[in-house]
Amino acid sequence: MSVQSPNAERQIWIFTQMLRIREFETRVKRTFTDHPGVIRGHTHLADGAEASIVGSLASFRAGDAALATYRCHGYPLVLGSDPNAMMAEIYGRADGLCKGLGGSMHLTDVKRGFLGTSGIVGAGIPHAAGAAWAAQIRKKGEVVLSFFGDGASKQGAFHETLNIASLWKLPLVFVMENNGYNVVTTTAQEDANAAAGHPLSIKAAAYEMPGVTVDGGDPLAVGKVVGEAIERARSGGGPTLVESKVYRLSAHGNIIAPPGVPLHYPEHEAIAVFGKREEYEAALRGDPVPRFRGVLVQNGTLTSAQADELAKQVAAEMEAAVRFALQSPFPKSESALDYNFA
Amino acid sequence: MANLPFIAAIDAGIHQEMQRDSNVLYFGQNLGTTENHEFLKRYGSDRVRVTPISETAEIGIAVGAAMAGLRPVVELYMAEFMLVAMDQVVNEAAKFRYMSGGQVQVPLVLKAGFGFTAGWAGQHTGSLTALFMGWPGLKVVVPSTAADAKGLMAAAIRDDNPVVFLHHYLLTLEHGDLPDGDHVVPLGKAEVRRAGKDVTIIATGWMVGRALAAANTLAGAGIDVEVIDPRTVAPLDLETILRSVDKTRRVVLVDQAPRHASVSAIIAGDIVEHRFSSLKAPIIQVTAHDTTVPYSEPLEAFVIPDEARICAAVKKVVK
Repeated sequence: MSVQSPNAERQIWIFTQMLRIREFETRVKRTFTDHPGVIRGHTHLADGAEASIVGSLASFRAGDAALATYRCHGYPLVLGSDPNAMMAEIYGRADGLCKGLGGSMHLTDVKRGFLGTSGIVGAGIPHAAGAAWAAQIRKKGEVVLSFFGDGASKQGAFHETLNIASLWKLPLVFVMENNGYNVVTTTAQEDANAAAGHPLSIKAAAYEMPGVTVDGGDPLAVGKVVGEAIERARSGGGPTLVESKVYRLSAHGNIIAPPGVPLHYPEHEAIAVFGKREEYEAALRGDPVPRFRGVLVQNGTLTSAQADELAKQVAAEMEAAVRFALQSPFPKSESALDYNFA
Repeated sequence: MANLPFIAAIDAGIHQEMQRDSNVLYFGQNLGTTENHEFLKRYGSDRVRVTPISETAEIGIAVGAAMAGLRPVVELYMAEFMLVAMDQVVNEAAKFRYMSGGQVQVPLVLKAGFGFTAGWAGQHTGSLTALFMGWPGLKVVVPSTAADAKGLMAAAIRDDNPVVFLHHYLLTLEHGDLPDGDHVVPLGKAEVRRAGKDVTIIATGWMVGRALAAANTLAGAGIDVEVIDPRTVAPLDLETILRSVDKTRRVVLVDQAPRHASVSAIIAGDIVEHRFSSLKAPIIQVTAHDTTVPYSEPLEAFVIPDEARICAAVKKVVK
């Protein structure tokens, strides 16, 4: 099976979506200093994973579904969700995607195929398998993408689900974004495969499915690998485990502080915990957004001026999302009691 | 009118709903492993599947299938097996509709037996009902008759919310009459099992039978007991309970769970809050003793509420 490489127009779309995720996450992060107190609780950013997210979703079709984790801002942006409603949700406002009931960790947009996000590590993986079972029964060639991190691959839910998905040949692609850290624990400290020097995709062998490791900083490489896995799933060939190696450019999440202490984003754990400034700076030098821009400018798909113009448009779009969300009213108190039961 | 054992009545409820709605799935461990399996034969392998011993994945898959428009029924066999996967039950299934602002619904049924106090010792005998009660988004059904087992299973499958369906293992072979044709018992409606004017007993599951036996014995002593079976503890039909309390003004609650893990403690709190001044005597809760259920027969019998303890409690509140 081969996936056609994206044409110039599609490559510009991919770059634009990467810019949108980066700009959105930058605005979320800036909210902690520009508008203290507006974001509550714990927020997890996808900066650094843009190429992996957009590449994975490049073959997504209407009728397909994606499920993800609490680090969930990137996917719905690519699937077409309204950034105004997304930012309003993260700000806890009435115009939020989930009416202010879910917040940053639980973005959901069913109309766009973004079916649900669990805040419990690994818990969303079997949900994706359930949606894939539904797709298998409907027999319309729909597939489901399950996004999770390297940490989740140490949960029982991961192993139980890969086993069943393979047995049942579910139309499912497991996309593990391996960012090298489970909060402040490195992969080698908690994963026997990693400690032995193996890629985490080796876990697929235990469940009789293909396992592929890909450079998650290259959207075209991810698009090819995930695209092939999607084709395989669509044609009844069953699931694939893709390990997409990314580097999260922000800390795991914002500081969790008691009321009165301002929330903010700390430095990445590589620096703050392990003192490995060089590791982090190397990751910055490999930042997938400027890296892909460089590819497009170098191969003549975009001029520098066009790339700058795109960045300006995206910045304006996300600035507007912040303004919209700030102006959105809080939900009515009684709405806290809505939606428990159908 | 058919007369069926409790366990067959549950199956009849699942069959009834699988026939009328092709979105209903039925799956779990050790189910449909041969072509002769009744459900597999009738509904096919798209809708009936055996799973490995993977409760987290089984329930998680049900959550995902439900969000994608299906109506899964998961065969879990024993309530304790849900403990392996409690996150999926109370933290995923129960919350996805809410956290999505009403965008998704999670119609699924988790079918599990409980309370197998027949020598199954410490880990297969629990009365875990209260563990599932009180989670917004989750409904909890505890049938005590064959007819209710069928009708409540049908209602649970038709409900658009996740439902924990807890059937008492000691009722498995209890026979009962079932109405002909489509039978659905609405969730949230208590049943007055025996009308009486002196004392209200509230009991669920297997304890309903013990409460009724106690009521018959007490009738001989001139005490007229009303027995209420809530049938579903979430939603709880407090209205029917309070109506009975208004009549008798005396209450005994019977629960097979240990005191502070019981449904009775929660219902007692509701009754006290709403009817404190009209009660003629303190409420008495007859619960299991606070211990792990022991294996040895006389010890097990000692721990679980029996007719004598129920009778003693009733006599105390009417004194």
